[in-house]
Amino acid sequence: MGSIRFDKVDKVFGPSTGGVKALDNINLEIGEKEFVAIVGPSGCGKTTCLRMVAGFEAPSAGVVSVSGKPVTSPGPDRAVVFQQFALFPWKSVRENIELGLRNKNLPTGERADLVAGALKLMNLESHAEAFPHQLSGGMQQRVAIARAYVLDPDVLLMDEPFGALDAQTRVVMQEELVRLARVNPRTVLFITHAVEEAVYLADRVAIMTRRPGRIKEVLDVRKIRQAENWDRHPRIEDVMDLESFVHLRTQIWKSLREEKGANVI
Amino acid sequence: MGDASLSLREQLAWGAFGLALFLGIWTFLSSSGVVPAQFLPSPLEVLNRIIRLMTNPFAGATLPQHLASSVQRYALGVLLAAAIGVPLGLLMGWFRLLDDIITPIFDGLRFIAPIAWVPFAALWFGTGIGGPVMIIFAGAFPPCLINAYRGARFVEPRMIEAARMLGTGNTRMILEILLPAATPSIVAGLRVSAGLGWQSLVGAELIVAAAGVGFMMVQAQANVATPTVMAGMLAIGVVGMLVDVLLRQGESWLRRRRGLEA
Repeated sequence: MGSIRFDKVDKVFGPSTGGVKALDNINLEIGEKEFVAIVGPSGCGKTTCLRMVAGFEAPSAGVVSVSGKPVTSPGPDRAVVFQQFALFPWKSVRENIELGLRNKNLPTGERADLVAGALKLMNLESHAEAFPHQLSGGMQQRVAIARAYVLDPDVLLMDEPFGALDAQTRVVMQEELVRLARVNPRTVLFITHAVEEAVYLADRVAIMTRRPGRIKEVLDVRKIRQAENWDRHPRIEDVMDLESFVHLRTQIWKSLREEKGANVI
Repeated sequence: MGDASLSLREQLAWGAFGLALFLGIWTFLSSSGVVPAQFLPSPLEVLNRIIRLMTNPFAGATLPQHLASSVQRYALGVLLAAAIGVPLGLLMGWFRLLDDIITPIFDGLRFIAPIAWVPFAALWFGTGIGGPVMIIFAGAFPPCLINAYRGARFVEPRMIEAARMLGTGNTRMILEILLPAATPSIVAGLRVSAGLGWQSLVGAELIVAAAGVGFMMVQAQANVATPTVMAGMLAIGVVGMLVDVLLRQGESWLRRRRGLEA
């Protein structure tokens, strides 16, 4: 349960002949409880990769499968956290988190317990009855993460989840996510264009090329993280100071820079 | 000019000025003899007539009674239009097949003016309450349907994706996602419906009905009681305005609740 596999996946937008090729022969396997980040220049198709796992888009060729089954439509086994949060503005924090559980037809008591757990996990207890517009961006994204986690999904799909947050909030959320990953490890596909974020969070980082997007290389961060024992540093800035971190970050930067016109990142 | 927004007091002052100017010209035209008084009764005369009609019946009922029967038909027609138009619009916004089936028929029908239904309305539903209700319905239905449909159709795609990823089925999608997301659009549609319905009502009553403001006006016309006709027109304008003000209040209350406005 909880693996993701891209098998010779192409994606063409527009007409099948003369359309725009967004993805070219994507092959990637994400194992059970593994955290993989995809980095790449803007418009390289990294978000499209995630959307295909979510079931929002279908591949033009090849197969995307989750836990061995080809993806056909969206479903609560693949929870998504969107960059723009996508909370329901007419529902309270509690109702936003509860919707997925109601869809699963869980009994009221069990639902209440799970929602309470998710609220606690994301430090949202005092905001349960608030509406999204009353919360800061960081808080809204906590709600979105709680809404995803509470489903107990096989895989968690995060599409630049911290891209809309200010720098300070972003750091807090990154640390929070690392904490979550320890408490409750998940298979995660994480899309970002922030290299440091990818290196800090992921077990492996896949680097994509410009359009048509291809996976250029996959770096094993976990090996280095364990060898250099990054986890003894609780704060992100201390990890970012480590020589091994800087080295890895620079390696990815250079790889991305080689992409023509990659000056946007 | 037109660059600085006026304060509320200035706005009210200018509004009063406009009204005074309008009444002044009206009075001048009717009392100076430029227009024969029979063709254009003076404001004072109309006011007197309204006061008299409050207690003295004309064409079988007092003005409040005529208004009551008009408002009753009106409410029935508009509620019926909303009760059918809004759900159907939402369903069409979600189920593409339904959209494909209904849209061509609807696009043709909605260009037929409500008044054009008068012969069939009278034939099918009579001139009592049914006929006028149908004509009001014909006026009020299209904006209800169109706005609910557009509201549902142009919901932020992210909202729908989020709901689908959470495993939301069709019924809940329509009731808990499309309906609330489309509510601002639906309410705007209801305002248009209310206006068109009220306009259609009076048109309908000019022809079919045995009571109501429109009926009163036709009877007055037959008796060349121009002040009574004018009194009816005034009543129509004021009621229409009141309905719109009420709906606008409802709309802004809704927006405030959503945090769309301070």
